[in-house]
Amino acid sequence: MLTDYLPLVVIIVFSVILAFLVVALGHLFGPKRPSEKKSMPYESGMVPYGPGQRRMTVRYYLIAVLFILFDIEVVFFLPWAVAFRDLGLPGFLLMVAFVVVLEVAHLYAWKKGALEWE
Amino acid sequence: MTNWLEDPIRWIAEWLYSVLVGWGILPSVADVILMITGAAILSTLALLWVLFLIWFERKLIGRIQDRFGPNRVGPWGIFQSVADMIKIFTKEYITPQGADKVLYNLAPVLAVASVLLIWAVLPFTRSIMGVNLNVGVVYIVAVGGGGVLAILMAGYASNNKYAFLGASRAVAQLISYEVPMVISLLVPVLLAGSMGLNDIVQAQSVPYLVMAPVAALVFFITSMAETGRAPFDLVEAESELVAGYNTEYSGLKFGMFFVGEFLHSFTAALLFAVLFLGGWRGPFVDQVPLLGLVYLFIKTMVIYFLIILVRASVPRFRIDQMMDLNWKVLTPLSILSFLVTAVIAKVLEGQFLFQVLGLLAGNVILLVLFMEWGERRNKRNRRPMVSQPRPLATPASDETSMAQS
Repeated sequence: MLTDYLPLVVIIVFSVILAFLVVALGHLFGPKRPSEKKSMPYESGMVPYGPGQRRMTVRYYLIAVLFILFDIEVVFFLPWAVAFRDLGLPGFLLMVAFVVVLEVAHLYAWKKGALEWE
Repeated sequence: MTNWLEDPIRWIAEWLYSVLVGWGILPSVADVILMITGAAILSTLALLWVLFLIWFERKLIGRIQDRFGPNRVGPWGIFQSVADMIKIFTKEYITPQGADKVLYNLAPVLAVASVLLIWAVLPFTRSIMGVNLNVGVVYIVAVGGGGVLAILMAGYASNNKYAFLGASRAVAQLISYEVPMVISLLVPVLLAGSMGLNDIVQAQSVPYLVMAPVAALVFFITSMAETGRAPFDLVEAESELVAGYNTEYSGLKFGMFFVGEFLHSFTAALLFAVLFLGGWRGPFVDQVPLLGLVYLFIKTMVIYFLIILVRASVPRFRIDQMMDLNWKVLTPLSILSFLVTAVIAKVLEGQFLFQVLGLLAGNVILLVLFMEWGERRNKRNRRPMVSQPRPLATPASDETSMAQS
């Protein structure tokens, strides 16, 4: 039932509000004397050059793609794990086939060097 | 009406409800008021609890490193974090030039809120919990994603190179370790046949630490990585990245990240206790349900103690070692343990004792075989030594040979 989720909504709203309140309290008590030097981005004391956001290495992208691959697989695992007792042998064999296909992909990425971080 | 000796918290809730309805408030509104009260108490207690956790960790690490730790404010320095909190309240907020204001201010809020949200589904005793969600495990994983988002937001919005580097590292680490963590979470789900956390606790007549030690080990390691704690704290490697994603934060905004991190590692210990150590289960819990809270607390503190011990004794990983550990060790291991558990649980269904023993044996064999395989792989892949290591103190005979040449 959707009403089961009502306490969850209350807790979500409340914890966000509480965190906001604590940050706002800091605003209340803290001094506010901004200056040019103070608000410079910190770069170990040097004057910062160039934009703060740079391009990332392509490795991060590879990791993200692998993560999506495995996370979607887990989404398929979860309902299977719950209903596992009722599915019997055919259900189990199907899942084994699924894992084998997935592990082949994992090994392929491994051998291709997608998991090397040097 | 329940007896107040048996379950005082429920008794108080029912009493409050009857009082509210007696005032002529609609029952549905009274429900919501009770929920808000519960949420307020839970999240305030969680945030205050962090004060103790910080003191506990500093004291313990101090002792391990042969120092005193905090010992000035109050007995054994127990009020040290209270003093720190009061001080941090009076600190100035500095927003760096060129920062994305909305994301920059939202990130610390999200960092704490995403951890507090996990507490919503944890069963503290048989009846005390925020929500008895039937998809509790999925909820925990989903909410945990909020923490990753907070770190990415903080690093991206700060307009600082160190923060940006730290954030991209953090995200790579956190999403990588999420894979084996979720797969190891599947094992309790599979054994209990439910995704609800209270159902998982109720199904543990034998703690799942005994029935699935490999999954427990993987979950322990990955949850430590998820919280970004010591062996895995590349996120804020001081020697390389200043402070990582929170370089540009000051005052309580930085404090919120700090609180979020501590609360997250305590929550990880809580989750471990719930999933693998039987949560509130223990002797006499049927007669006095409130005793479950004590059991859960003791189990959690044991795990938290272990996490601190690991932090104090293991040096930081290099990033390639960390990625190797995740993708080449933990992920295959968790998938294998998942399959082994499924096979053994199915084959030995019905005979409970044999099932437990079979699962234990299967897990131990799996772990031994896997470690043997890892050992061989390491031997094969060991890098050739460029030159033989020289002895530190040069022997006398060497000196004469050098003089001759």
